[in-house]
Amino acid sequence: MSAVRNASVLLEARGLRLAFGGVKAADGIDLSVMRGEFLAIIGPNGAGKTTFINMTTGYLRPQGGSIHYDGEDITGLPPRAIVKRGIGRSFQLPQLFTEHTVLQNAALAIAARRGVWRPFAPLLSMGVIDEARDLLNRFGLDAIRDSRADTLNEGARKLADIAMAVALRPRLLLMDEPTSGVAASEKMDVVETLARVLREAEVTAVFVEHDMDVVERFSDRVAVWSQGQILALGPPGDVLRDPAVLREVIGVAAVDPSLPHA
Amino acid sequence: MRRAEPWLALAGALALVAVAWSAPWLRFVLTLALAKGIAVLGILLLLRAGQVSFGHAMFAAIGAYVVAFAAPSMGDVLVLLPLATMTAGAVGLVIGLFITRYREIFFSMLNLALSMVLYSLLEKFYAITKGSDGIRVAPLRVAGMAMEGAGAGWVMFGTALVVAAGFWWLARRYLISPMGEALAGIKTRETRLEFMGVSARGVLLVDYVLSALMAGAAGAIIAMTTRHVTPLLAYWTSSGELVFIAILGGAGGVLGPFLGAVTYELIRVYAAAAFADIWQMALGLALLGVILFAPGGVWGVIAGLLRRARAS
Repeated sequence: MSAVRNASVLLEARGLRLAFGGVKAADGIDLSVMRGEFLAIIGPNGAGKTTFINMTTGYLRPQGGSIHYDGEDITGLPPRAIVKRGIGRSFQLPQLFTEHTVLQNAALAIAARRGVWRPFAPLLSMGVIDEARDLLNRFGLDAIRDSRADTLNEGARKLADIAMAVALRPRLLLMDEPTSGVAASEKMDVVETLARVLREAEVTAVFVEHDMDVVERFSDRVAVWSQGQILALGPPGDVLRDPAVLREVIGVAAVDPSLPHA
Repeated sequence: MRRAEPWLALAGALALVAVAWSAPWLRFVLTLALAKGIAVLGILLLLRAGQVSFGHAMFAAIGAYVVAFAAPSMGDVLVLLPLATMTAGAVGLVIGLFITRYREIFFSMLNLALSMVLYSLLEKFYAITKGSDGIRVAPLRVAGMAMEGAGAGWVMFGTALVVAAGFWWLARRYLISPMGEALAGIKTRETRLEFMGVSARGVLLVDYVLSALMAGAAGAIIAMTTRHVTPLLAYWTSSGELVFIAILGGAGGVLGPFLGAVTYELIRVYAAAAFADIWQMALGLALLGVILFAPGGVWGVIAGLLRRARAS
């Protein structure tokens, strides 16, 4: 999947620093995300992967360094300003409006993108509903579109969460563990669906992932995070066979003494 | 349920007119009930965003005092009512700009605190407000005609009914609009709203101003009906009463506030007559009963009955 269609830089982070107390969640992060690529971020818990997403989307302000998006300095802008520039995100814990149906969730995101916040026109009769249905079809969620968001299984919740981000038509989408909590049997289906939708919409994607099979199959490049730094960066075929990476990321997880052994 | 609601509202309005006509002494009570229902509708809009205001009586008091101050110079109902409503809305906008930064207990308590500040001002500035004695509202006109006796009662009852219907319709439209639907987002997932490029504060601010407008209109109607305003209108128990009625009526539908307000006022009148010393206990028991056995309030009970009737 070397589908890096256009080798220009879409997002560029330079020297990002952020510490929580004494813990360095970002300790000089340099990363360029290329237009059109799927970039996976792997690494042990606490390495600063989510912090990177949070800084890029404006949820956290870096203490040092800069983030440029499409040539513009977006460092420290609030989430709303960043969303308007075409950067979307999904969440490790899906952030759905739990009192609404899946369709209403999608419709709200679409209405938000179109800026149709006129107070007295109904949400579900402005052409928004057609687009919402189409979106849910693409994500394979049409069968459950009238279910309340808090009744879905984890795979559907993840997809609905990402669908809401895609509804905003981002050019760059950052996904925090799109498959965590998804049953092993559903996992590949979820990722296949996701990859297809994102390719069709020509979205550049950065995703945090723990499942190495998913990383191997769906990423163009892999960035390995460790203690707030990037340990390695390159095509999955190379990075996932790098002894240093194996020791730091995969090895640590495999022999983690806190895990019960059979 | 949404489709049945306008018919229920119409039936309810006709029932109120019938009662007011056959029992004239209840007309006054029902006018006040409708006015409170309008203020409670504003409370319901805030509840949709998960926020409880324990200070919304301040906007009712603002509406009422605007009527009291302006009545001698421009004592026409058709002038006073919009003037009072808009003044409360404008104050709501100013307060809302800062109060919408806060959520939950902080939101509740800041509203309470501000309403008590207003209460103190109304009570202490005797030279202007006549303190706790309050102000007697000068005689009113409607469309240039003087209002007297039973006619005045009917004018105020009709005004309350029309204003209630107007705000009921407005709230219905508002709640199914993107901004109204986003209110539940403030309650459940505010982060997501921000990451959709939507200002949660802005959504809550529109909500807050609408609720202030409603409370202001309610206060104006109360002032024009009772013809006397006192600082007690802004006291925290008056705000608590609005929240009480919201729970009693049920927050699930926009008819709930009116059902709650009519129920509340009728219980109050009859309980006060039957057991003069312990009438508050009847209200307390009613609320306890609602919370324990009908958490959806009066509206929830009616909606449940309708659903069952349709199913069978």
